[in-house]
Amino acid sequence: MQHTATQDTLVGLFVAAGIAGLFFLALQVSNLSSFGDKDTYTVTASFESSGGLKIKSAVSAAGVKIGKVTDIRFDPKTYQSVVSMAIETKYNTLPEDTTASIFTAGLLGEQYVNLEPGGSEDVLKNGSKIDITQSAIILEKVIGQFLFKSAEEKAQGDKKE
Amino acid sequence: MMQFFQRLGASTRTSFTKLGRATYFLLQTLSGILSVLPRPRLLMNQLFSVGVLSFLIITISGLFVGMVLGLQGFYILSDFGAEESLGIMVAASLVRELGPVVTALLFAGRAGSALTAEIGLMKATEQLSGMEMMAIDPIRRIISPRFLAGFISMPLLASLFSAIGIIGGQLVGTGLLGVDDGAYWSQMQNQIDFYDDIINGVIKSIIFGFVTSWIALFEGYDAIPTSEGVSRATTRTVVNSAFSILGLDFILTALMFGDD
Repeated sequence: MQHTATQDTLVGLFVAAGIAGLFFLALQVSNLSSFGDKDTYTVTASFESSGGLKIKSAVSAAGVKIGKVTDIRFDPKTYQSVVSMAIETKYNTLPEDTTASIFTAGLLGEQYVNLEPGGSEDVLKNGSKIDITQSAIILEKVIGQFLFKSAEEKAQGDKKE
Repeated sequence: MMQFFQRLGASTRTSFTKLGRATYFLLQTLSGILSVLPRPRLLMNQLFSVGVLSFLIITISGLFVGMVLGLQGFYILSDFGAEESLGIMVAASLVRELGPVVTALLFAGRAGSALTAEIGLMKATEQLSGMEMMAIDPIRRIISPRFLAGFISMPLLASLFSAIGIIGGQLVGTGLLGVDDGAYWSQMQNQIDFYDDIINGVIKSIIFGFVTSWIALFEGYDAIPTSEGVSRATTRTVVNSAFSILGLDFILTALMFGDD
């Protein structure tokens, strides 16, 4: 096997193509590009229930993703779920009385935290706590309440007759 | 009855000695890698025959595997009205499993068998002993460059396979079946994690490249130096590589993706 310049070129092209494939996977396929080493600040919020929220779930405002959930803990004193969120620093104008609610994308989709800005002059800073929260809707609970309610109405209807 | 135990004992002993020879061979090969580095020409030649010549089969297979995944995934997902998730399905199955595993199987068939046949024939035609007579260590001169080339080529080939497969899935999904292009990519980007999915896939392919090259080179080096012995060694390379790749893949998947 004699060495030729063509062979070197082909090996070079092969290595370049392989590395390009890896870059393609990193930048186009994975979430590396959307949240790389961007500067973030952390805020926390306590929910009665964080439902199916997971670490890395999206944090969005007005439908735009502005951060992600970094930590979910159970607070043994208040019996609440404490959710920490990393929000990009360029979105640092969220007022202090922002409402955090856990919504579901679609009927069976992923759960995410939605931030709805309030009217306060003061803004959220690193380490701030969001006071106004709305818990995740747990589907079983809603269905249970609905069934219970309709059974109750039926029983009242029977009494009247 | 005694004969049965005798045969069992004999086969246990031979497989243990073979494992021992293989381990010793691996250690020699690894220590020979250092002496490859001052001679990049040797490595270049092997990268050409191991990597570049496998390039075509890997890219074409990747394209077709991705296209088939796109088709099948679309039919299954459309039953649930979830065609938009096609991208994440294609990407996750390629990056986590099919990319490393199918690439390694093709690599064992394309490059591994060629390596075994080459080394086996060198042994059968006494080229290796000839080198030893000239005080050239055949492990350092012949084996280590090939090992290093296989080790380097595999992750590159596997990344290429996954990347081309994802493009193939996109061609079929958005071009032919009408999945929304934006949904294909954005669902993928939301769900595929760089460290958990892509880096783990690359680690898998590195391990497979290591094992496949090791098996191929050892079987060639250990072959009975006759034409029949070389042919058997080539078969064993492909069979043993396939077993080790699939078995290791199960273990690695259990370790890497066990808890979410």
